[in-house]
Amino acid sequence: MFTLRRPRRRAEESFERTLVSPLALRNPSARAIYWSVFALVLLSTLITFGPLYWMFSSALKSSIEIFQSPPTIWPLHPAWSNYSNAWSVLQYPLYFGNTLILAAGAVILQLLVSATAAFSLSKLRPAGKGIIQFVFFATLMVPPVVYLIPQFVNISNLPLIHVSLINNWAGVWLPEAASALNILILKSFFDTIPTELTDAARLDGASPWQLFYRIILPLSRPALAVITIFTVVASWKDFLWPLLVLFNPEVQPLSVAIYHEAGINSNFPLPFTYLMAGLVLASIPPILLFLLFQRQIIRGINLTGLRG
Amino acid sequence: MFSKEIHLERSSPSRGASPSRSARSDKNVSHGELEALGRARLFISRNLGGYLFLLPALFIFALFVWYPLVLGFILSFQSVDMINPAVWVGWTNYEKVFSDPLFGVAWHNTLTFTGYALLFGYVVPLVLALLINEMRHGKALFRLAFYLPVMLPPIVTAFLWLWLYNADFGLINALLQALHLPGGLWLENQNTALPALVVVATWGAAGSTMLIYLAALQGVPASLYEAAELDGSNLWQRIWHITLPTIRPIMLLMLVLQIIATMQVFTEPFTITGGGPNNATLTVLILIYRYTFQDAEFGEASALGVILFLVLAVFAVIYMRMTSRLMEAD
Repeated sequence: MFTLRRPRRRAEESFERTLVSPLALRNPSARAIYWSVFALVLLSTLITFGPLYWMFSSALKSSIEIFQSPPTIWPLHPAWSNYSNAWSVLQYPLYFGNTLILAAGAVILQLLVSATAAFSLSKLRPAGKGIIQFVFFATLMVPPVVYLIPQFVNISNLPLIHVSLINNWAGVWLPEAASALNILILKSFFDTIPTELTDAARLDGASPWQLFYRIILPLSRPALAVITIFTVVASWKDFLWPLLVLFNPEVQPLSVAIYHEAGINSNFPLPFTYLMAGLVLASIPPILLFLLFQRQIIRGINLTGLRG
Repeated sequence: MFSKEIHLERSSPSRGASPSRSARSDKNVSHGELEALGRARLFISRNLGGYLFLLPALFIFALFVWYPLVLGFILSFQSVDMINPAVWVGWTNYEKVFSDPLFGVAWHNTLTFTGYALLFGYVVPLVLALLINEMRHGKALFRLAFYLPVMLPPIVTAFLWLWLYNADFGLINALLQALHLPGGLWLENQNTALPALVVVATWGAAGSTMLIYLAALQGVPASLYEAAELDGSNLWQRIWHITLPTIRPIMLLMLVLQIIATMQVFTEPFTITGGGPNNATLTVLILIYRYTFQDAEFGEASALGVILFLVLAVFAVIYMRMTSRLMEAD
């Protein structure tokens, strides 16, 4: 948690000595206790798997069966067409595309802004570095929601140039790019790259840009990967800010579009089976992302301890 | 801390270097302007690259963090509706906010939410992490199982639980019925709506806290457990005297972070109950949203934002003190 160093390889090894010693588990009664605790933990996974299964199976029910009491655990006649209907009714190609563009822009801008700043603070160390660092890191303790409304006013009429970024993706990208946590993570990682390496390159006449582009960035791929994944996930989960800034349906991401299309409190709500299918479709990409990048995500949590 | 540094400096052998340094500066004076120009050039060549690389971040932070923060304080003393020019109104916005009957309701709900969230959400991830860390089988599966909800977009979690809580056709009441227990109007009842939302928020977030604890538990040295075992300590004594004290800094940090995070609750009450029934789930952030987008009272919304900022600042200072070690590490 406090150590932002590269994770030790040991942490990823299969098993280490914990509370209960391996020796104690040779005892038959201890083993019985172990297996009953194991069963209990296994059973409690139903708390997360249960609702997810319910979402998936509800999405396969007919609009009559879904409102049946008591409910069926698996639909009698799985209506796979709910998924294709939800896909077209909810205009998923459009909103998936918007979500992807928002995520891609967030990644590019956040990496650009955080990596350059972290590189300067870690390796170039210009005069006044302490004050500048404070300017960034002091914002770690200010959650963006406390300036939600002024930020909205800011975005709808930028100072000096008087441009409105409402209904513009830049209105989501730019405020997100100010991530002190990213700078902190990258700076800590850059700090672990030996100074001898950068000094040697500098003696050979490398410019700061070459130092950054040729040495620091290639050596920092694991940290950059972690930031990329967490930025994508955060962007995919983002709701409140896009809800405020993007009210034109053409530019909305999935989560905002689902909220509006569902019309929960309106007179014309979306057919419930379609909504469920839509929710499943919206969950598949982040779940796939987790399955594919599990190791990086877990390592990222170990690295930062703060994200989630 | 400070006394230690001073002590170190005193005892260091660099003392002898100071006379030569002053001699050099005397020489500089004699050389006059040329030397100063040279020094300026040196300063620029040394620092220009550093400043250029900081430029994008400084620009973004100035425009999208520091400016809106200051703007928030300014707006809170103005009458702003985004159509007419802003007018200074002094403390009027604050007076209006404080006299709004919903102000007390919103803070009461927000703090209740935070309290429940700690009750459910603080112990559950810790216990899960302790249990999973002891498992010799299926560790990866358990990690996956409990982390999965964290990956879901909050809107999905919210609508999924809206369906689970459904009084007539929801899974929860169906299960209760199967067990011959009475169901409930979870979201329609003023007394259960808020706790019901806490369950949703905890379900969606506990996994990430659990992973942080799991990482922390791997830092507990095995030798401590072995030594304690030799001394004949039992399982509970080991948890109480070794495990928990070792991960205590992280537990404290998680406590503060969870308080800060849950006081900003918005998505669940906004999408599931819309602040109802009868404002039972109206939170501070929803009130800010209503001031802005229903009443077009940007000044009042900003004033409430400033109040929220001041409350969160108390916890943020505590948080900063805890992480100061991390900052000083440089």
